[in-house]
Amino acid sequence: MAADDDCERMTPSRRAVLGAASALFAWSYMPKFAHAAAGSRDSRFLLVVLRGALDGLSAVPPLGDLGYADLREGIALAKDGPEAALPLDGFFYLHPAMPNLARLYASGQAAIVHASATGYRERSHFDGQDVLESGQGGPGKTDSGWLNRLIASLPPGEAVSRHGALGVGVVPPLVVRGEAPVLGWAPPRMARAGADLVQRLGDLYGERDPGLALVLKRAIETELIASRQGAEQPRGGGGPDSAEGMKRIAEGAARLVGAEDGPRIAALAFEGWDTHANEGGAKGRLATLLGGLDGALATFESGLKPVWKDTVVMVVTEFGRTARVNGTVGTDHGTGTVAFLVGGAVKGKRMIVDWPGLKPEQLHEQRDLRPTTDIRAVAKGVVADLFGLSGPVLAEKVFPGSGDLKPMQGLVV
Amino acid sequence: MADRSEPSQKALALQRFGLGLKPGQAAGVADVRERLLADIRSEGAPQPSVSFSGAAPIGRALYAFEDEERAARESRRVAGQLGVGQGVQVAAAPPAPGQPQGQMAAPAQPVPQFPQTIYREEVVARIQSALDAETGFAERLVQFWSNHFCVSVAKGNFVRAMAGAFEREAIRPNIFGRFEDLLIAVESHPAMLNFLDNQLSIGPDSRAGKRRGRGLNENLAREIMELHTLGVSGGYTQADVTSLARIITGWTVVGRDARLGFPGSFAFNPGLHDPGGQKLLGKVYRQEGKEKGMAALADLARHPSTAAFIARKLARHFVADEPPQALVADLARTFRETGGDLAALSRALVTSELAGTAPATKLRTPQEFLVAAFRALGRRPDFGQIAGPLGVMGQPLWQPSGPDGYPDTNAAWATPEGIKTRIDVAAQLGRQAAGSVADPRALVEEVLGPLASPQTRQAVARAESKPQAIALLLMSPEFQRR
Repeated sequence: MAADDDCERMTPSRRAVLGAASALFAWSYMPKFAHAAAGSRDSRFLLVVLRGALDGLSAVPPLGDLGYADLREGIALAKDGPEAALPLDGFFYLHPAMPNLARLYASGQAAIVHASATGYRERSHFDGQDVLESGQGGPGKTDSGWLNRLIASLPPGEAVSRHGALGVGVVPPLVVRGEAPVLGWAPPRMARAGADLVQRLGDLYGERDPGLALVLKRAIETELIASRQGAEQPRGGGGPDSAEGMKRIAEGAARLVGAEDGPRIAALAFEGWDTHANEGGAKGRLATLLGGLDGALATFESGLKPVWKDTVVMVVTEFGRTARVNGTVGTDHGTGTVAFLVGGAVKGKRMIVDWPGLKPEQLHEQRDLRPTTDIRAVAKGVVADLFGLSGPVLAEKVFPGSGDLKPMQGLVV
Repeated sequence: MADRSEPSQKALALQRFGLGLKPGQAAGVADVRERLLADIRSEGAPQPSVSFSGAAPIGRALYAFEDEERAARESRRVAGQLGVGQGVQVAAAPPAPGQPQGQMAAPAQPVPQFPQTIYREEVVARIQSALDAETGFAERLVQFWSNHFCVSVAKGNFVRAMAGAFEREAIRPNIFGRFEDLLIAVESHPAMLNFLDNQLSIGPDSRAGKRRGRGLNENLAREIMELHTLGVSGGYTQADVTSLARIITGWTVVGRDARLGFPGSFAFNPGLHDPGGQKLLGKVYRQEGKEKGMAALADLARHPSTAAFIARKLARHFVADEPPQALVADLARTFRETGGDLAALSRALVTSELAGTAPATKLRTPQEFLVAAFRALGRRPDFGQIAGPLGVMGQPLWQPSGPDGYPDTNAAWATPEGIKTRIDVAAQLGRQAAGSVADPRALVEEVLGPLASPQTRQAVARAESKPQAIALLLMSPEFQRR
């Protein structure tokens, strides 16, 4: 992978030190060392899953590729005009609905991975999301997510494992489910029950139902943190497929992850990206969703301000969409797409890409953007740098069977 | 293995296959199996009572609503261009009955638009059916199949207005018929054709395809095989998806022009259909027009992968996240040997020793929980009392986040936030019902009976208030799991 090789040469010092040390001792983690290291940080990592398969060619259009406009009749973006796409590196542009991401990119706080995918090559949303979140080589292999196993692989005393992972939503994303404790939170929409009732149920579950006792205990822990950070009044509002809903979810997640005793890792999901019909160009359905995502990124930035320099927000989706627009001015399920890395800890202002091209013979199965970067290598690189996990642990526990995929280096400053 | 004749096992069977006991029912646990089997009727599940009969009249009303909306927008635009918008009031819609001419609805509480009005009525009627049902076995199957073949009102006004009709027309009449008939009814219903975009799909070699340069949309075809019949590992390829998409081109919804029939109803449009033979799963289909799709669906319905997929999903829904393999095998065999006879399948499920005696591990879904609570408390909820709790618990009616429907495992529902939200709902229900429940301790005996543990009885008896006692009952492990 060309991008990976390039990165290999720009090895930042801290990363190199950690890598060497873990190889030397073959420990599964380097907690004390990481703490002792000068400038060691209390990292935050937020994973945003875009459910439905984001059209990477519309989010980050390769306007420098001569094949683009032809494939995208009816939804193509342009370099010029009143709704011009936002320039990134001269070849790639950003959808005009994402001015905040453009600003973060320009200020070195965002990097964009293009032509990327997991190892999954079929086109089922549900299997695709299963692979993306379970971190396995294929679907249906496990009920635990890779972020949960990451936490389970860290020593018990670490800030990260002590506080667990936050799964946002009444149904938390698979990526955080598993053995390690998961804290749950969703934007409140109904008056909360009294503490006495909760206590009595805790007692009843303790005697009769260990499973419910455990989840209730975790719920109480999260609420404690949330209440210290300023209790939120219930209100209505849009769901995770609306700009307003995305902003509220981002606000809540930032409040919890930014807390001193809050979780260091969070996963959340935004929905509605399955744009089979009337996808729209600079305006329209996808533009509205991208605007919502852009607003959520700005909300993370402001909500996490004190720890933003130690934060990476990673935005991923299960796969991309067809390179050519379909019969209904939308796009069908495809393969390669984009991922975003945003945050003060990101070594930004760059496209991470080995561009495969858009000519018919360059497309995957002559229909989809060919993936040239495995998203697992990116994720491994980010969490290795943030949390000091070694290659073997990443390859065996977090992303099982990914030994051939080296963690991408130099993603974190 | 537990003894099915035990009172607690009988009560559990009613919870597992039904919707929860109403006061006065616990005494009659004697002939549980017969009471459940009584729901299996050739005409399907009972029909809820609503004012619009089906897709066609709803479609016509929906088109009329959209035309009015457009006209109103246009007149506002014209008024704005003339610069007289300030002084001229343009009526957005005819005033509602009883509303004086010229009086605008308060902005905070807009009058629900037509699709939302229909949706509200359908939601209330659907829940009322569940509350009226004796054991609720047929209603549970309606919920199961409606989730298996889900549509989502988040798609837009069309599905919002049609979701209830879809369940009433495609699901309810067919849950005890042949799977093939259920499948065809579902895939040809306007709500499904709109939800998964097939009404827009155009055969590349059809008359319209050649003229307009538009083409396929493979959304419905993929989900038919992945989610509705074979299952994702059922043995099909991308080429099969494309073939099936071509086969069902022309399966569409009649537009407001009524050219192909009654507006809003299903039509086969030969002008959109890809002519010629198509190879699907190794077999070539050469039938004319709609028959090609009918034949392909019939074959998919009878495919062994479909039998295995449905059997496993059914067992997982009713019995356990990881159901006994032997039960899945039994159900799959019944499906295959009867050619997908859903009455036989339902009978096999209820009478199975394995299904009846498995321990109660499954958490009720939010919809099941809310319906069971309403039944236990004898309530007749309005729309807000249904939609509010279901919304916060993450399972509003006909609104899953994707075409795979709502999740069906404890991992999805037995979560910290999920349980905490349920407690909030239970607390609210307790406050609302406190006036009508004479004695919560007696209610425990009525709705849980032999299932109630000493600890739950004690917790309810020692509650600090009647609302809290009711909430404790509703959140007890015995009420939550089935």
